[in-house]
This record gives sequence, structure tokens and C-alpha cells, in this order.
Amino acid sequence: MATIIGGITTSHIPAIGGAIASGKQEEPYWKPLFDGYPPVHEWLAEQQPDVAVVFYNDHGLNWFVDAMPTFSVGAADLYANADEGWGLPELPSFPGHPGLSWHIIESLVEDSFDVVMCQEMVVDHGLVVPYQLLWGSDERPVQVVPICVNTVLHPMPRPDRCHALGQAVGRAIEAFPGNEKVVVLGTGGLSHQLDGERAGFINKDFDLQCMDAIVNDPNWIAKHSILDLVELSGAQGVELVLWLAMRGSLLGDVTELHRNYHIPISNTGAGLMLLGNR
Amino acid sequence: MTATREIPGTPLFNANASRRGYALNTMCYSFNHETNREQFTADPVAYCHRYGLSDEMIELVKAADVLALVKSGGSIYYLAKLAGILGWDVQDVGAQQTGMTKEEFQAMLVAAGS
Repeated sequence: MATIIGGITTSHIPAIGGAIASGKQEEPYWKPLFDGYPPVHEWLAEQQPDVAVVFYNDHGLNWFVDAMPTFSVGAADLYANADEGWGLPELPSFPGHPGLSWHIIESLVEDSFDVVMCQEMVVDHGLVVPYQLLWGSDERPVQVVPICVNTVLHPMPRPDRCHALGQAVGRAIEAFPGNEKVVVLGTGGLSHQLDGERAGFINKDFDLQCMDAIVNDPNWIAKHSILDLVELSGAQGVELVLWLAMRGSLLGDVTELHRNYHIPISNTGAGLMLLGNR
Repeated sequence: MTATREIPGTPLFNANASRRGYALNTMCYSFNHETNREQFTADPVAYCHRYGLSDEMIELVKAADVLALVKSGGSIYYLAKLAGILGWDVQDVGAQQTGMTKEEFQAMLVAAGS
């Protein structure tokens, strides 16, 4: 059976993609962010996962508000990156694992999560920037299974549902007849708000509380409503539900192996966590 | 049933907003393609008309008044593509909506980390 070796959460701020493209990693503004990643790189080099199941949100590349699925799962051989409209370079496509994708889809529907299934899907910075941060811009050592959660248009799925979705995904992966080593990613966050008079809102205390709770008490986060998260974490800080989905998939003994937190990157409290699952 | 709560300075992109902003967001979504960005830049008003924007909305687009566009139903994720055409990053967008200079806005972000 496939094994979930651990989980990683990381912010996916588009400006990080810009900084990588222009080689700014050592500049004083960017260094505190990029310096957080080497321990995760070492862990990945040691563990050699085959597949990354990625909980992320689309920001108006694959999905538009004409039809907005709450949960959608990629089941493609290959996921292309594409122009998002603001000049980030388009990166080489990401190989998928359609066998595992379909297994997860079938298992989720059986488990009462009636997801949208996507045999074609383009992926934006929500998946691409984390992949760049973890494996580089051009290397493609792991196959991906993208799982997209609507955080664009209200009503958005309740945090406890996102947590339960993650648990169902975890059960599905563990029942997959293969030898794959799987790492699960939750991208986005932490607190940030781009729109309204409260633009620029960052809540360090809440972010740090959530980083602790992701390890030891995810149900505490799951008890919040989406509007609670908007209030405490900012209008776009609701991406925290993607961290929660990742955490849900870790069904074993979970230990924190590494974390980094830095304010500000762009308008965001940038967070990184590495969790082991045994 | 629509869950609502007044969170100061925080417009929610919900059914009501999405209905009002549909034409605007549809136009902004088109900016994922470079040819469309070029056509908008060449003649913004004609491009807005093609997507059925009201005269009032066109004025807001011409003025690049992000806060007013958000309050008229624009989603910040799609408006970000319009901001990209103007060469603005999210800190320019934040500064404009909060009535700060970009330097003041950046200082506020730095202060949030201390």
C-alpha cells in the first residue's frame, strides 16, 4: 500500500515566483523566507517521495466564477502552468499520477465527498510556487495530484469539512495498492488581506497559534467558521483551510520536524511547516 | 441562507457581489491572455464595452479605483490581473485602498511582524 510519509505547508505568494525568476533569494528582503527551506530540502532528499498530493486554491486561472467547484481533483497525465496575467514566467508542465488520482476520486465519492473530476487542469501559483520552493523551477522529481478548494467565491467550504476531506484523502492514499511514498502539501496562507480598507491586515498571534494547532490540535482550527477565519486571518487568510486539509490526511503519529515564519512577504505572514507522519 | 457578518473594511466576494461584478470579472479573467491585455491597453473603453460594462463601471476602470471596483463586485483575484496591466503589485493596490503611500503601507506590514 502507498505510504504517507509526511506533510508540508507553505505559503504560495506569487511574488516568491518572481523573486526566484530574478534570482533574489539572497537579498535582505527575501533571505528570511528562503533560508527556511533547506531543512525541508534535506528531508525530501532523504525521504525521496514519489508523489505530492497538493491541496491548493486556484486564483482565476483554471476556474472562473461562471462555474466554481467547491472541491475539484485533477486526474490528468500532465498539468500545464499558464499565463496568469501579470508576467510570471510559465514553467514546464507537471507530471501527474492519474492512477492515484482516480483512486482518490473513487474513494472520496464513496466517502460522500462528491468532487469535480478534471482530466484537464491548468495549475497556477497556488501549486507552482510551492513546487518551485521544494523541488526547483525545472526539475520534476515527483508526480502531482492537485486537489483544488474554492477560496475565491463565498460560500466556501467549512473548515471542518476541509479537515474531513483531508482525512478522507488520507484514507484513500493509504488504501492505494502501490508502493508510492506520498507527501501531502497544503499551500497558501497565512494571514493576509488584499482587498478593502483593511488591506494589509496581518495577524501574527493568530498565525502562530494556528502553526501550533496544526501539529497538536487541528480540531481547534476546524471549529472556526469561514467568516471567523476572514475576521482573524484576513479575507485571503482563509487559505488556512488548505493547511487543515493537509493535516487531516496525516492519520498516524504526527511530529513537527521544522517550521519557519516571516512577516512580511508581499502582504502576507509567510509560513512553512514540515510534519512527519508515522 | 447567506451567512453575513460585518467585518470592518472587509468586503466579501459573495453571491451579491459576484452578480453585480460579473461583467467586470469576466473582462478581468480575459486578461490571462496577452493578446487581450494588448487590446485593452490599446483602447480600454472599447474593450470594456465588448464585455458589457456599464458606463459607471467603465469610469471606475479608467480611474483604476480598486476599492470602488471591489465594492462594485470585483473580485480581488481578477482585479489583480487588471492591476498587472497597470504594472501595480499588491502593495500598490493595498496602499491605494487604504489611502496610504506605498512606503506607509509597507511600513505597516513590517510593523505587523514586530
